[in-house]
Amino acid sequence: MATESENIESLVNRRYEHGFVTDIATDSLPPGLDEGVVRAISARKNEPEFMLEWRLQAYRQWLTMREPEWAHVHYPKIDFNAISYFAAPKSDEDRPKSLDEVDPKLLETYDKLGIPLHERARLAGVAVDAVFDSVSVATTFKEKLSEAGVIFCSFSEAVIEHPELVQKYLGSVVPRRDNFYAALNSAVFSDGSFVYIPKGVRCPMELSTYFRINAANTGQFERTLIVADEGSHVSYLEGCTAPMRDENQLHAAVVELVALKDAEIKYSTVQNWYPGDENGKGGIYNFVTKRGDCRGANSKISWTQVETGSAITWKYPSCLLRGENSVGEFYSVAVTNNLQQADTGTKMIHIGRNTSSTIVSKGISAGKAQQAYRGLVRIMPQAEGARNHTQCDSLLIGKECGAHTFPYMEIKNPSARVEHEATTSKISANQLFYCRQRGISEEDAVNMIVNGFCKEVFKELPMEFAVEAQALLNVSLEGAVG
Amino acid sequence: MTYEGKDLLDLEPEERAREGIFLGFQYPVEIPGVNNAYLLKTAVNAKRKHQGLGEVDAFEFLKLAREKMAALGMDPKFLNRGVNEGFSGGEKKRNEILQMAMLEPKLAILDETDSGLDIDALKAVAEGVNSLRNPDRAIVLVTHYQRLLDYVQPDFVHVLSEGQIVRSGDKSLALELEDKGYDWVREAASA
Repeated sequence: MATESENIESLVNRRYEHGFVTDIATDSLPPGLDEGVVRAISARKNEPEFMLEWRLQAYRQWLTMREPEWAHVHYPKIDFNAISYFAAPKSDEDRPKSLDEVDPKLLETYDKLGIPLHERARLAGVAVDAVFDSVSVATTFKEKLSEAGVIFCSFSEAVIEHPELVQKYLGSVVPRRDNFYAALNSAVFSDGSFVYIPKGVRCPMELSTYFRINAANTGQFERTLIVADEGSHVSYLEGCTAPMRDENQLHAAVVELVALKDAEIKYSTVQNWYPGDENGKGGIYNFVTKRGDCRGANSKISWTQVETGSAITWKYPSCLLRGENSVGEFYSVAVTNNLQQADTGTKMIHIGRNTSSTIVSKGISAGKAQQAYRGLVRIMPQAEGARNHTQCDSLLIGKECGAHTFPYMEIKNPSARVEHEATTSKISANQLFYCRQRGISEEDAVNMIVNGFCKEVFKELPMEFAVEAQALLNVSLEGAVG
Repeated sequence: MTYEGKDLLDLEPEERAREGIFLGFQYPVEIPGVNNAYLLKTAVNAKRKHQGLGEVDAFEFLKLAREKMAALGMDPKFLNRGVNEGFSGGEKKRNEILQMAMLEPKLAILDETDSGLDIDALKAVAEGVNSLRNPDRAIVLVTHYQRLLDYVQPDFVHVLSEGQIVRSGDKSLALELEDKGYDWVREAASA
């Protein structure tokens, strides 16, 4: 079976296809972090006083905090003074009014990534708020959205144009001092997206943002805030790819979702950041805090993620189920290979009565990768009639990888119904031979088996994104048949 | 080991399959989550591509699959199930026959297709094999027992022992074996 495992190894060792660097001069701050840097970031964005004050408080809180060490990941200590905390494309001064004015090099970058922005926007009816480095450079379909009363803009713009909304909701789900990286983000966040869906409005299109880290040695600190007012509905898509880089790049994003009474937010992510080379060199460190707050009765927040990139992932999209009958969902596919490490999962905090949550986690490990599922289901004493179902499956490819499961359950109400199912399996030589004997190449067979394993999660992705996910795991038209 | 001028041992399993050789497994493996239709469509297209033909799309494929299944008396729901996932022994074997029908091999080797089947499943599988018999297709049935051959009448019977064909005959040889066992063939071969 030696050749069998070698073949599998060569399949999972394909090189990152999106590794290239766009040559655009960036206007960065020098490396290092102090109050002066925080003030400089705020000043460059012409932020109002409240925002600067908020950042400074976060910075001071961050100084008193320590990096978390409990995650099942290992990496050299990060020198936070070696990082530059702001980078913007040079053309920031006169921002493009339309795609025609966008730097052709940038458009080329999107093309290489398979995201022809204009076509995508027009054909798919998707409004795109593209984040290139740290500043938004193209926003489309704004008018159509504004007709519906939907606000979808860069975070910087929201701070200027809608300060009352930002002040009301920013930090209300993820407080500044929630954790080390959330505090850092709160101090130095560069940009991100802001969404507000007014009462009773169903957002007329999927909202989508493409992130991309592009400046050397620059941490990127995205900040996203989505507020769905009573009875509204929104589906938000986030996708990322990054160019090949030699230094480790730190990414510490914060995403806050607020769903008021009867509102629903669906948040989908396809993450494909540079995972590092075969030796684990140069990949992205992805330390993200994502949390949704089902604040009102009958609200629903659903997280779907497909994670294939990053050298190290530390990420737990969570739901606070406060409103009665509120629903939290987490569907995840995480792929790690070579020396990638991921510690990912979710937290479902049941506070309101009759709240329910569903967790479906699919972890795929290959090469020497280590992957951990870490999930917390907490049923508070007042959460009468809470329900949770957790399904946690791991698929191993090869002999040197590892899968670990850390499920935590804190049940403080006797009426709760909590279920946890877990499986670990391997792609067997028999399965591969079976497929090959039907004329299917080994590569396609592996893709097919992996795709089958992930099916439950892919089904949850919006159509537009299912395509991305399929491209990422190189699978074909399964949904089209049958 | 040559087949149509090609050394089979030089070929990868998928290449042999695309050359028109089909192997029906004794114990078909389960592939959870991968639906039957998807595996079949991928297999059919891999072969068509090898033959320089265009790929069939989802609609053409479904039409073709439904025709074949109707001919085999199979429930179209089979297509939407995971490959052999939770199938009974009989369903797994019938699924092998369906794959053979879809891939239209020139040479099919069915390895102990009759093992573990009750009599109804055995009949159904035998009917499937019979419906796929034609002058352009060689089918090698590997079996220990006559009972499959009650339903699939062989043109030739060969007795294989330690890698060699030790005796050949027509269908009466199988009946003789059923009656007398294998020892006499082995003894005759070594004598």
